[in-house]
Amino acid sequence: MSAVNIGVVSCSGECCIEGTISRIATRFVLEKLRPNETATICLPLFSIGEEGERMFAKNFPTIAVDGCEKRCAQHAIEKFSGKTAISLLVSDLLKKWNAKNMGSRRELTNEGKEAALKVAEEIVSSMNDIYALSG
Amino acid sequence: MSAPFLIIPCSGIGKSFGTISREATYRVVEDLKKGETDTICLSLLVMGDKDARRSVKSHGCIAIDGCPNECAKRNLELADAKLVANFGVVDVLRKNKNLKPKDVTFLDEDGLKLAQILAKKIALKVDELNHRGGVS
Repeated sequence: MSAVNIGVVSCSGECCIEGTISRIATRFVLEKLRPNETATICLPLFSIGEEGERMFAKNFPTIAVDGCEKRCAQHAIEKFSGKTAISLLVSDLLKKWNAKNMGSRRELTNEGKEAALKVAEEIVSSMNDIYALSG
Repeated sequence: MSAPFLIIPCSGIGKSFGTISREATYRVVEDLKKGETDTICLSLLVMGDKDARRSVKSHGCIAIDGCPNECAKRNLELADAKLVANFGVVDVLRKNKNLKPKDVTFLDEDGLKLAQILAKKIALKVDELNHRGGVS
């Protein structure tokens, strides 16, 4: 496995359950699935951070994980830091999987946590694609 | 959005403090001050969403920050928001040194206790602001 870290940046998504699933999926990747290969940054640091924060997407190939079609993570990364390598839209994934009974933005049910894990697996699959493309 | 106050947590993802700021926010907007408060995604402000910018200019905003970077407060200031108060999870932690939150994804017992302490402080501030006549 490549030693190159990959950035995974989630939208903050406080308003909706898709945002909660985006954040928790990102945490699953950081904590469980790919702890030694993943870098992240709090999204608002892009706008108020220093040069180091703004270099994030230039230093790491970065995957944006967005809860809704507003795609805040992708747009913020591209506005302040650099092009995203891959962009995932959680609302589309949940629709494709016909995910139901996931809980609320504040607390996920077991079904919601399972959906977050499936999103995390999509993120890992995207990381593998980036490794494959970078040789 | 009819609630007079917007409670806006930072979007912290790396430490438990960000999760605590969000949980405290939900406790205020869904339990303690339901109907008087609401929240919006901070990332909408970061990317310059017009509706979000309009909302933070027309409502009293309370920033809840996890760490000293103060992303919520500073992004609200950048958006020319009507910032009426701000709180820091770290300040609450300093006054409750017996609580040692560790888990990030799903808060542990100490994290939930800190969120509840912070939520009560925010609710008191809302009362105080309302008592003063709300937001002009």
